[in-house]
Amino acid sequence: MLSARLKPLWPPLLTGVAFIGLWYLAREIIAPERKFMLPSPHAVWIAFGEHHEALLSASFNTVIGALVGFFAATLIASLLAITLSLSGLIRAALYPYLMMLQMMPIIVISPILVLWVGAGLPSVATITFLISFFPLVVNTTQGLISTDRKLVELFTMYRADRWQELRYLRIPAALPYFFTGLRIAGVLAPIGAIVGDFSAGNSAGNGGGLGFLALIYSARFKMDALFATVLSGCALGFLFAGAIALISRLSLSHWHESYEKVDR
Amino acid sequence: MEPSPPFVRLQALRKKFGADSLVIDGIDLTVAPGEFVAVIGPSGCGKSTLLKMIAGLSPVSSGQLSIAGQSPDALDSELAYVFQEPTLLPWLNVSANVELPLRLRGIPAESRAKTVTRCLAQVRLREKATAFPRQLSGGQQMRVSLARALSLSPRLLLLDEPFGALDEMTRNHLNEELLRLREEAGWTAFFVTHSVAEAVFLANRIVIMSANPGRIAHLVEIEIPYPRRPETREDPSFQQRVAHVTQLLRSVESKAA
Repeated sequence: MLSARLKPLWPPLLTGVAFIGLWYLAREIIAPERKFMLPSPHAVWIAFGEHHEALLSASFNTVIGALVGFFAATLIASLLAITLSLSGLIRAALYPYLMMLQMMPIIVISPILVLWVGAGLPSVATITFLISFFPLVVNTTQGLISTDRKLVELFTMYRADRWQELRYLRIPAALPYFFTGLRIAGVLAPIGAIVGDFSAGNSAGNGGGLGFLALIYSARFKMDALFATVLSGCALGFLFAGAIALISRLSLSHWHESYEKVDR
Repeated sequence: MEPSPPFVRLQALRKKFGADSLVIDGIDLTVAPGEFVAVIGPSGCGKSTLLKMIAGLSPVSSGQLSIAGQSPDALDSELAYVFQEPTLLPWLNVSANVELPLRLRGIPAESRAKTVTRCLAQVRLREKATAFPRQLSGGQQMRVSLARALSLSPRLLLLDEPFGALDEMTRNHLNEELLRLREEAGWTAFFVTHSVAEAVFLANRIVIMSANPGRIAHLVEIEIPYPRRPETREDPSFQQRVAHVTQLLRSVESKAA
């Protein structure tokens, strides 16, 4: 029983070990004067220890920026999705501009954002917002407009008004779509916060995040610490994704078929 | 049967989809209170559309339609519809599903709870009150759907092939339950089905429709007295009537072909 549950763990572990092996091998192959570009895995591990205070405080700042931007995006995207779901005309009028928002090279506008909202947390949160907004709006709107036709007829049959239909039918039916959007946005949010920090961060009052820290380490050619910073960013992504997967499971598992146990 | 004032009256009812697609052409029918009318016919004869028009879910193109002297739009809780699928909300448990129509009507919580308990008892699913739809069998889901339809104590029940997807045993069983519920509450029913045996077992009158466009081809009275029991199906007179209706249906279908 226990071995059966642990079974799925060994394939990724094996891949990880093989990857680290290849990493060491690569260091053996490259010329000595270039070795500084690729710190060894154990050097990265040591860097984690050496810089743990800076990394922790920067991660904390990044998480705050990511959370503020992510929550704002979730709230505003949900309200916008409800508005968009009301009519095809509204969707037609707004969709191209939403697409534009998504296509926008955010890193290029970040200097303007610094001027508009100020450096540090405001900019970081705004950039996170811009990056995680689109998947949330698109998925939630799709969910709100793809309600089972039979169920909509049922509500018509019971003479439900528009608000009742939204509250008791469309919103709960859209939840699985909403969570799909949330999962995509949740992975993007820490990336957005780090990118924002990279281009519009602020170290004043120990306010810098992982992006700012990465700038400092790369300027000082501290490659091992830079790698540790990148890996911390990955860890934040996993943290966000895990938390959202958990919330999604808690909200959907009692009824949605995606959580149904299947025999394989 | 003594003449009683019609409860449902359809006069020269027509339904067009688009400019020239005539789905239903000139349906005249009066139904007395408490009647059980089964509607049967080849696919595409518009029997589901007819039911939807009566429910007010699909607008009437021309003709008159009245229920208890009113148009379907004016009716509020008089009318309930049971779909081909159970159409339960998967995120609500059984009692919340049954409660839904009451909630939409703004009925106070205390009285809602009482009604839900009564309706679940009627369909013998009280022990499943907190279960979610996906934990139920197809037959149980359909019974929840029935309980939900009955929660508003309707006077007219419209059923669109409600048991079509179920196995024969479950279907027979639910037919018996349906008649038992009708004895208790006395609603009038329109029941669309593909099964002649089901129609004969349930109905006191069978409307046989022809297709292209949908018209009433035959009206057959089923004079088997209620209450009808499972043994009724083994009765020679029951089987004669099934054979008779099957013949009529076949003649309608061969004309269409």
